[in-house]
Amino acid sequence: MDQTERATPFHKIFRIEGGNFTHAGSISSRVKRVLKEAGFQSKVIRRMSIATFEAEMNVICYARHGTLTLFVFPDFLKVVVDDEGVGIKDVHQAMREGFSTADEKIRELGFGAGMGLSNIKNVTDKMVLTSEVNRGTHLEFMVNVHPVRNSCEALNPAGINLKCNPATGGTAEQHGIISNGVKDGAEK
Amino acid sequence: MTLSDIRRILDAEVIAGNESLDREIGHAFAADLLSDVLAIARRGADGALLITGNITHQVIYTADVVDLGAILFVRGKRPSDSMIQLANQMQIPLLMTSYIMFETCGRLYEQGLKGCIEKAGDGSD
Repeated sequence: MDQTERATPFHKIFRIEGGNFTHAGSISSRVKRVLKEAGFQSKVIRRMSIATFEAEMNVICYARHGTLTLFVFPDFLKVVVDDEGVGIKDVHQAMREGFSTADEKIRELGFGAGMGLSNIKNVTDKMVLTSEVNRGTHLEFMVNVHPVRNSCEALNPAGINLKCNPATGGTAEQHGIISNGVKDGAEK
Repeated sequence: MTLSDIRRILDAEVIAGNESLDREIGHAFAADLLSDVLAIARRGADGALLITGNITHQVIYTADVVDLGAILFVRGKRPSDSMIQLANQMQIPLLMTSYIMFETCGRLYEQGLKGCIEKAGDGSD
């Protein structure tokens, strides 16, 4: 358990079964309800729900199974998704809009157009993605509850290490980090 | 315009949410790709009408997480019973029209219903 989780006032774990397409989206729906009941701003809930939906779809489409954990911090909300599956060969390539390895089944559901990861990046204040081929993928994203100029300012008081990835033990740079609003972002 | 107006304009069938026909619909957008729906909804699609030819459970879940006002299925595509059940549970009205997507959008636009956004990349993008 890393520092982030130890300091967590509230978290909820959801298990996701890969390949179970019928109820794909139901976890996002539950996450939304939890946040709504907790009384967060509708804009914050919407951003979290959108990112959670894309993340949930990714596990169902590309992994055997995974867990999605929602953390509620005083200043921000965070979701951590860990799965065991095919993984992503090149996270930078996967982040590019339009890049997709989706099959026909996924496309029939209205996904798989290569928009998911960039959608997550666009709606969140910070996103970290690391992956190991044939092992699995680790995804984290955060949405600030109160608007702040620099997302790092909101994250640092909670003790989050922006560089180190607890899942793999290596640095984010080694494994590929995609982040918004911080200088080591891989995009653009 | 209300859902009742939309039903009249498109000769649509109400499949779920009969009790919500007086619900006011301020904006609409059309998409089959749910990642597009999620991307558009990011800028706010509260209470909007989603016009789609996608009949999967994921459309209902998507509508729920971004607080859409209703879903209108085009080309006479009828959702399954379990989709209808899910929509009822989530209180999302479902309508169905035989018109194709282009006609559906055109007729609603002509009657004054506007899109949620005009262009990709404007506003907060």
